[in-house]
Amino acid sequence: MSSQHPGHESAFEPHHAHSHPGDAAGHGSFKSYMTGFILSVILTAIPFWLVMSGVLDSKLLTAVLVMGIGVVQIVVHVIYFLHMNARSEGGWTLMALIFTIIIVGIALAGSLWVMHHLNTNMMPMTHEMMKNMP
Amino acid sequence: MSQTQVQETEKPQFYLKEEHHPEHSTMLGFWLYLMSDCLIFAVLFATHGVVGRNYAAGPAPADLFDLNLIAINTAMLLFSSITYGFAMLQMERNAKMETLFWLGVTGVFGAIFLTLELYEFYHLIHEGAGPTRSAFLSSFFTLVGTHGLHVTFGIIWLITLMVQVSKHGLNPENRRRLMCLSMFWHFLDVIWIGVFSFVYLLGVLG
Repeated sequence: MSSQHPGHESAFEPHHAHSHPGDAAGHGSFKSYMTGFILSVILTAIPFWLVMSGVLDSKLLTAVLVMGIGVVQIVVHVIYFLHMNARSEGGWTLMALIFTIIIVGIALAGSLWVMHHLNTNMMPMTHEMMKNMP
Repeated sequence: MSQTQVQETEKPQFYLKEEHHPEHSTMLGFWLYLMSDCLIFAVLFATHGVVGRNYAAGPAPADLFDLNLIAINTAMLLFSSITYGFAMLQMERNAKMETLFWLGVTGVFGAIFLTLELYEFYHLIHEGAGPTRSAFLSSFFTLVGTHGLHVTFGIIWLITLMVQVSKHGLNPENRRRLMCLSMFWHFLDVIWIGVFSFVYLLGVLG
């Protein structure tokens, strides 16, 4: 029984060691800020150029590209400007972020989905819908 | 055997004693606040997504929005983000005057952004496209206005901290506050990515 005690102690040892390296949250270097900035400039310029010049014939493709690049740029900002990583605050900031993304996803997708169905089922028909009637 | 068992049960360990880091719990708490703010914006984005096409026979985004102005606005906010980053780097080097300088530059970029946004709002309302014109414009003014309000309070916070730093220097309290404002400022830039992509670019695209 008494031999179990030191084993008990050592089991908690790595926990203490872990609580210190995570302190480096919120620090960036000049290089990481510039990388983030240059990536952001490129990722901002592309969607503006796509919409303002209208190079793509397909509006749907342009819209998908604009939103896709927007998501990539948000990830770039979160990593390079907000210094998000799995280690900061012992992983709790990442946990909170993932939780928020799930809630935001449910709120956005749910609202659009439900209201789209309400629109198609209950609203008076527009001219376009009349034409598309079977 | 029974002797040692008694000794064991005398000091039961029910919890793990860990050191607390007050300064870091502030950062985590502020991050949680930002996440809740994120939910506010998510709801406003969802509202705009639902009613953003209801023009009430009024003007559509393609008639109203000047993408050149929005591009300049976006650049201003992006520049203010990187200059705030420079301020943080100077803070880590313990250079007070340089930190203040970059904070000032950040504030100027933020103020230009806000001026351009107010000019756009004034222009829209002057054209008869105010928030009462259609559901699209109501949700547009609410979403972009809420973001603008955040930037306004960010600038007030920035000026307050500049006064604090110039008076008391880069002490631990001011460093913590500057790091919180850093998160807030970069977070606003993240929200603006959603605004210009979803509201302006997709709106003009039709």
